[in-house]
Amino acid sequence: MRLVRLALRMLSREWRSGELGVLLLALTVAVAALTGVGFLVSRISAAVALQASAVLAADIRLGSPQPIEERYFAEATSEGISSARTTTLLSVVFNGEVSQLTSVTAVTSGYPLRGHLLVAPEAFGKGTAASSVPAAGEVWPDSRLLAAIGGQVGSRLTIGAASLRVARVLISKPDQGSTFAELAPSLIMNVSDIPSTQLIQAGSRVSYAGLFAGDRRKIDGFKAWLIANKRAGERLRDITEASPQVRNAVDRAGRFLSLASLVSVLLCAIAVAMAARRYVTRHLDTVALLKTLGATRAFTLGVTVLQLAALALLAAGVGAALGFVAQEWLLRTIRGLLATTDLPGPNLAPLGMGFLTAVALLAGFALPPILQLARVPALRVLRRDVGPPPPLVILAFGPAVAVVLLLIYWTVPEPKLFGYFTAGLAAFVLVLTAAGSLLVNLAGRLRGRVGVAWRFGVANLSRRRAESVVQLVAFGTGIMVLLLLGILRADLNGDWQRTLPPNLPNYFFVNIPPASREQFVSFLNDQGARTTKVLPIVRGRLTSINGKPVEDPKSGRVNEEGFATREQNLTWSAELGADNRVVSGRWWQPGDAGKPLVSLASEFQESLGVKVGDHLSFDIAGESLEVTVASIRKVKWDTFQPNFFIVFVPGVLEAAAGTYMTSAYFTPGGAHSLAQLAHRFPSVSIFDIDELLTQVRAVLDKAALAVQSVFAFTLLAGLTVLLAAVQSSRDERRYESAMLRTLGASRATVLQGILAEFITLGALAGLLAALGASVGAYFLTTRWLELRYTFEALPWLEGIFGGALLVAASGWLATRGVINQPPLKTLRA
Amino acid sequence: MIRNSVLKAENLSKEVSSPEGSLTIVNDVSLDIVAGESVAVTGSSGAGKSTLLALLAGLDTPTRGRVFLAGEDLTRLDEDGRARLRAQRVGFVFQSFHLIPALTALENVMLPLELAGISDARRIAMDTLAGVRLGARTGHYPRQLSGGEQQRVAIARAFVTKPAVLFADEPTGNLDTGTGTRVGELLFALNTHEHTTLVLVTHDQELAARCGRVIRMEGGRVL
Repeated sequence: MRLVRLALRMLSREWRSGELGVLLLALTVAVAALTGVGFLVSRISAAVALQASAVLAADIRLGSPQPIEERYFAEATSEGISSARTTTLLSVVFNGEVSQLTSVTAVTSGYPLRGHLLVAPEAFGKGTAASSVPAAGEVWPDSRLLAAIGGQVGSRLTIGAASLRVARVLISKPDQGSTFAELAPSLIMNVSDIPSTQLIQAGSRVSYAGLFAGDRRKIDGFKAWLIANKRAGERLRDITEASPQVRNAVDRAGRFLSLASLVSVLLCAIAVAMAARRYVTRHLDTVALLKTLGATRAFTLGVTVLQLAALALLAAGVGAALGFVAQEWLLRTIRGLLATTDLPGPNLAPLGMGFLTAVALLAGFALPPILQLARVPALRVLRRDVGPPPPLVILAFGPAVAVVLLLIYWTVPEPKLFGYFTAGLAAFVLVLTAAGSLLVNLAGRLRGRVGVAWRFGVANLSRRRAESVVQLVAFGTGIMVLLLLGILRADLNGDWQRTLPPNLPNYFFVNIPPASREQFVSFLNDQGARTTKVLPIVRGRLTSINGKPVEDPKSGRVNEEGFATREQNLTWSAELGADNRVVSGRWWQPGDAGKPLVSLASEFQESLGVKVGDHLSFDIAGESLEVTVASIRKVKWDTFQPNFFIVFVPGVLEAAAGTYMTSAYFTPGGAHSLAQLAHRFPSVSIFDIDELLTQVRAVLDKAALAVQSVFAFTLLAGLTVLLAAVQSSRDERRYESAMLRTLGASRATVLQGILAEFITLGALAGLLAALGASVGAYFLTTRWLELRYTFEALPWLEGIFGGALLVAASGWLATRGVINQPPLKTLRA
Repeated sequence: MIRNSVLKAENLSKEVSSPEGSLTIVNDVSLDIVAGESVAVTGSSGAGKSTLLALLAGLDTPTRGRVFLAGEDLTRLDEDGRARLRAQRVGFVFQSFHLIPALTALENVMLPLELAGISDARRIAMDTLAGVRLGARTGHYPRQLSGGEQQRVAIARAFVTKPAVLFADEPTGNLDTGTGTRVGELLFALNTHEHTTLVLVTHDQELAARCGRVIRMEGGRVL
């Protein structure tokens, strides 16, 4: 008890004296960086899971061509899981004499269990979330259906034998599917009206679905029960398989951000080590005295460890609070990146992670010197030159190395990635350290050519060489990453604007019947739209690769929803589009027309491992077609031109029944023309990508900004290192300042000297950062983004002047107490 | 058991290694100090006074010989054992005061009581501070006190546990003459009042003269 009392009493006093500030700051920044990103990643992951659920309109969807048995719903109800049903069929819908083939979905109340139905009072209107499903006797047709058959809210539509009133216009439903050609105009209605339509007869093609949603744990149990009890032919989908690509992307992004925050944590660790060293130096006398007065080694160690534990708790609390605020701010920054606006709350795991980080940093970087502190002999009270015995090298550096490796492994548990990151980090630090030493050396040589204040400042850099290099590396890293992201952001935006025509296609049109193709294009042109190329589409399914069926379990490609087995859109073209580049094989010549050749997009190759020369079999409308892969293309999808994964040589597919697609730019306000178009060409599906395009630009910009924000922690960590370094040299600086002033230097001269030191340090860090950022940007821009790299001088100016300003201002703030103290007081102390 | 003897050294030697080879700082010193006695150890710089003090107080271990403090053989105790004995039996006053800057005057005086596990530490410490006329300065931190006041706090801290032996290392060495004299008077007054055994290392002949016995050292030996 007396141990705790004494420890806390001394801690509170030292806290007031500001001695522990840097240690606490370093720990707090580390915890804030890690927990902030932890909170962010956990919330985004949860949001993505919710989004995935919305795509299914449920957590679990059981689909079947037969009605779903009642027992499933009874089981769900008994487990406290909510449920709903949908019944979907294709039917012709009439408004008077005008008709349209429509996907009709009858739903029970509660639908959708996840996501929202968006409805509007008029076609192509702005959707708002509906709070219920259509009442009995009512239907909600979508805009395209209304445009095709005419009618508005209040009209009566005939579906089978029933006449139902249009109550609202359906703008979107969560589970409306994703591929262009699958989308017919749609309509939803109440399931109780199905009997009166008399649409479901023996032999009708109807899809039934049971939707289930609830608490994650209950859902897992129910899913297991469903798998055990469902009948053959019933297909179960849940969120884990709904959007694996998105989840993978989120996982990867989360890992990247965690690694980014780890860089800040590691920089903070340097500051912790520096602050701990100073703590030890300043406490040697106290510990010796405590021992003289009768304290045992365990007692003195206990006092110190308790103080550190209290600091860790405080840093974890403050850091986690800061991390929470930071992630809230980050989420506001990237709002719009996620489809859902109401994000789930964060879980508390990052809090525990924050505390463990603080403890780990202290254990690795502060505990070894502090263990040494407990070994200082009592004799020091009489002989100041007596210190603790030197530690074993393994004890001094072992824990730090172990903690760094542990933190990296914690962030990237995959052995291979762990190895790459560790090796990369070590190489990065070595290169930066070498470059930093070189710069400090060069600066030292130049000092003979500058005035007294600058000479003094630059000499200080050379004298505290190790500290200078550490600070240079810390600042250089922070500034470099920020500059690099800045360059990439500018490149992305700039290059986007440079490569794309001013009026990008903002609408896609698919399902254009061959007979109406010419009329359709002239209609678009008459409306003032600029069309791009018009491409044919033939639907087909890949059946085998080099003679092996793609459904073959041994092929490793068994995935019901997979890339290979899904029905593909095929086209043919003589020209290679400007946004396509052949990466292997060769594009066909006019003489190749009619030969069984195909060209694949590189994504197709990556997914299936297909290469040039392989033989593929397609099933096109029941006919088998054997082709050879002639080339692999890299497609720039972001040009918003019609592009295809699979392109055939002309003269092969022409006989197959197909449709056409195109994209066009419509002048803003052309919605009326669109309604006319939908009316005149009812089978054509229209996709508005204007909104999507704006979003894509905003998303890229916001994503870069979010990553930059995370790296702001890195800069903060760099500042903490500076503070720790300044603090560790404070007594020395105080003495030097007093000596200089005693020798006749004015206060201004001393200040100039200190500013010169920090300006040089900041400028050198900025120089190093600009160099690193430019090299990094060159590789990332040309190799990863495949954009043109243009050298920009601005980042260099920003790095050098920004670095000088930032470090000088922080350094001045940290050392101003040293300059202000009267020299007599220092020299007498 | 050694009768009447509170501090006894037998053939005490301390050797350290130096670039020039082994150096004997304390050379075969034997002495016997009885309870209530006041002893001054004097000698020029480097005579081995402070090292002898460190050996007698168990702050350092001898190369040869033995030290008995309050009947306990210090050379047979480990570092923690010696610390516990100091907590119960020994008080210290140093040239540079050695107050803990993070603690107030009161907390500094309470510290040895707390380390010795004595209850009511606050009241005893308050009384002791009042005894050195610092009752009004209990909440002050060391840096807020003058040199003389700091040394009075250190003296209060040394006497607060009513130690059997008080070791003082140049207690007036950092003080001006007037303050030094007053601090010396306080030290001797308390020593008489508390019946403590005083072992004083000093250059100050006037202070040494006030002790019952003066031991002169030269080259590590007692003359």
